[in-house]
Amino acid sequence: MIVEIGHYALALALGVSVIQAVVPFWGVFRQDRTLASVGSSAALVSFALVALSFAALVTSYVRSDFSVGNVVANSHSAQPLIYKFTSVWGNHEGSMLLWVLILTLFGALVALSRRSLPPRLRAGALAAQGLVAVAFLAFTLFTSNPFQRLSPVPAEGQDLNPILQDLGLAIHPPLLYIGYVGFSITYAFAVAALIDGRIDAMWARAVRPWTLLAWTFLTLGIAMGSYWAYYELGWGGWWFWDPVENASFMPWLAGTALIHSTVVMEKRDALKVWTILLAILTFSLSLLGTFIVRSGVLTSVHSFATDPARGLFILFILIFFVGGSLALFAWRAPLLRQGGLFAPVSRESALVVNNVFLATACATVFVGTLYPLLLELVTGDKISVGAPFYNATFVPVVVPLLLILPVGQSLAWKRGDLLGAAQRNAFAFGLAVMAALALLFFTRGGPVLAPLGVGLGVFLVLGAGFDLGERIVTRASGWRAMLSRARGLPRSAWGTALAHAGIGLSIIGIAAQAWSSEAIAVLKPGERLTSGRYTIVLEGLSPRTGPNFRAEVARFQLFSGEQELAPVEASKRVYTARAMPTTEAGIRTDGLSQAYVSLGEAQDGGVAVRLYDKPLILLIWIGSLVMALGGGLSLTDRRFRLAAPKRAAAVAAAQPAE
Amino acid sequence: MRRIAFILGLMLLAMPAARAVQPDEILPNAALEQRARNISGGLRCLVCQNQSIDDSDAPLARDLRILVRERLVAGDDDKAVVDFVVARYGDFVLLRPPFNAHTLLLWGAPFVILLFALAFLWRRARRRTVEAGASNPLSPEEQVRLAALVGPDDKSIG
Repeated sequence: MIVEIGHYALALALGVSVIQAVVPFWGVFRQDRTLASVGSSAALVSFALVALSFAALVTSYVRSDFSVGNVVANSHSAQPLIYKFTSVWGNHEGSMLLWVLILTLFGALVALSRRSLPPRLRAGALAAQGLVAVAFLAFTLFTSNPFQRLSPVPAEGQDLNPILQDLGLAIHPPLLYIGYVGFSITYAFAVAALIDGRIDAMWARAVRPWTLLAWTFLTLGIAMGSYWAYYELGWGGWWFWDPVENASFMPWLAGTALIHSTVVMEKRDALKVWTILLAILTFSLSLLGTFIVRSGVLTSVHSFATDPARGLFILFILIFFVGGSLALFAWRAPLLRQGGLFAPVSRESALVVNNVFLATACATVFVGTLYPLLLELVTGDKISVGAPFYNATFVPVVVPLLLILPVGQSLAWKRGDLLGAAQRNAFAFGLAVMAALALLFFTRGGPVLAPLGVGLGVFLVLGAGFDLGERIVTRASGWRAMLSRARGLPRSAWGTALAHAGIGLSIIGIAAQAWSSEAIAVLKPGERLTSGRYTIVLEGLSPRTGPNFRAEVARFQLFSGEQELAPVEASKRVYTARAMPTTEAGIRTDGLSQAYVSLGEAQDGGVAVRLYDKPLILLIWIGSLVMALGGGLSLTDRRFRLAAPKRAAAVAAAQPAE
Repeated sequence: MRRIAFILGLMLLAMPAARAVQPDEILPNAALEQRARNISGGLRCLVCQNQSIDDSDAPLARDLRILVRERLVAGDDDKAVVDFVVARYGDFVLLRPPFNAHTLLLWGAPFVILLFALAFLWRRARRRTVEAGASNPLSPEEQVRLAALVGPDDKSIG
């Protein structure tokens, strides 16, 4: 019964979304406010229905209701409760339902937001968002229905893919989806503005919080996925440039550019046309990502062929929304008035340069991801585009951007002083160069690029810190004055500094991996293995039984130099339902570095063991967290909370002057 | 979900969980072994997704790793080893695509895009400078509108 209610609610949500997509547009067209405001109620109802439907699916998973095909295929009665719950989105159908849930949640948030939006803009945005919801609800219902019943009912489920039975992967999809889907709001606002034919700084102020929110979650989602790959896949890699990863990285790059261009638009009413285009492209890349992952077209031609209906359906959605919005852009964008002017040397120009580099970086990943597919279609040649390609193209595009970042950050709006900005960063740059030279000296004979990378990271961290410091610390003022200045700085200033420092931290972590080391050997109990700073001694192997798996656990003593650290365990599991083995790496955190142990095959009375020394590796993800924290902090800036009244007051004050 | 497809791919291999390079594969000669590692880092495991044979668990990757080591022991230089593998499996096996007529666009695209964008900006900046020199950049009405839009806390950065 619950399952049927869920199924029915989902179908009903599709109907309500059609209303949300059609009626407000009609209202805007007819200048009818009542019709135009239907979008808000429809968005709320649609969210409530999808939430009900999602709850129904969760209930069948938690109760292990094996009359539902989706539950049988991805769940097992012996699973711990938490994994029964997360199994809901550990498969195609359930994850599409989660996608739609988050999509309608965002629609409801727009409907509820108290920010006084121009009614036409809100109506248009909700309608555009409703159209996206229609497409994906139809996709879920007609090609990926999670509520299909089975008869006869099997006695036991087939279990969730063991590699997915992990807390990291459990929270990875929701984070990523909030990021992907959050950009649908910016997209909807862009479409609404194009239809309306008007756009101003108010638009940018309305859109910025959504962009920041989506970006923050996308950052967390990517970082989480990367850390998960690092500890679960068992060879200590954290980024592979595979198409599925690139699918989430492209919207991140475009979204980063979008955050920066909306700043220019909000402050200076400039870059309007470009910002609209970027908003469209960012969500288009999210859709492309969904297509790549869901159709499987890039990962394996076979998975596309096994269910062509799904792939074709999403391809159609992709073409409709990308093509439609770009056509709308080509038609309406010339109507948008160009905004404020700025000098070639100014904060605005710096942000334009930022956008150029980020867009190029994004295009590089785009070309690298899709080129093999196109080439094979056109010529039949099969090529691979892997990490060496991106190291040779992506890195040279991004490094100059990062080098000029601190300078751009300290340029003034409208007309800046390049020499002054360079001077303000000279100290940070000098320190960074000294750090790089010192490292180069102490690690001579080792990798040459790594110290330079660390230097770049140090420059970014110091640059961000000094930029803040300059606004807080003044000569001849006490700590009290400084404290009040620090408190007076807008949260977005702190957010910017944190996000930029976060990139710096991540880059230090990435560069430091050039010094990581690896050792491989067959160990018998009592034997030792050394890699870099770490030494392990195998104590013994013992079997262990988990709720739905059996494990062989190897226990090691761990030494850093002469000093003994806490012991570390690595294991191999076999999940009983699928008879599928997984490797659980043993990881010991030592400051910001990690010792990483993973098990191979048993042989010659011992077991194959690999030990890695991963110096400063935690900085990669700490940096990402700091970036996300910066995004979150900017989100709480008072001008997003108070935007509406302030705007009204400012306009009122300005009126007599006209 | 990012890696689900990849994982499914791994599952299809019904993997006997062998983790990349195994102890029994390692060559006694450390210099040769280092060369083998470098070469295998650039060769794609054909049945995996953007994974080098050095990282991969697949049996095929193991066969290729052993093949690379056999060629090295036989006295081939690095290029000869790679050419040998490419002759067998085609360019698909190279993680770094070769530079030729078919990949010209691939390799050129990032730099061409960047150059075009920068040239466009350069021209626009010069035009703007000329315009700004000729006329007053902001009219009084625009000043008022700007003040209304920007608000009092203009010093804040985004």
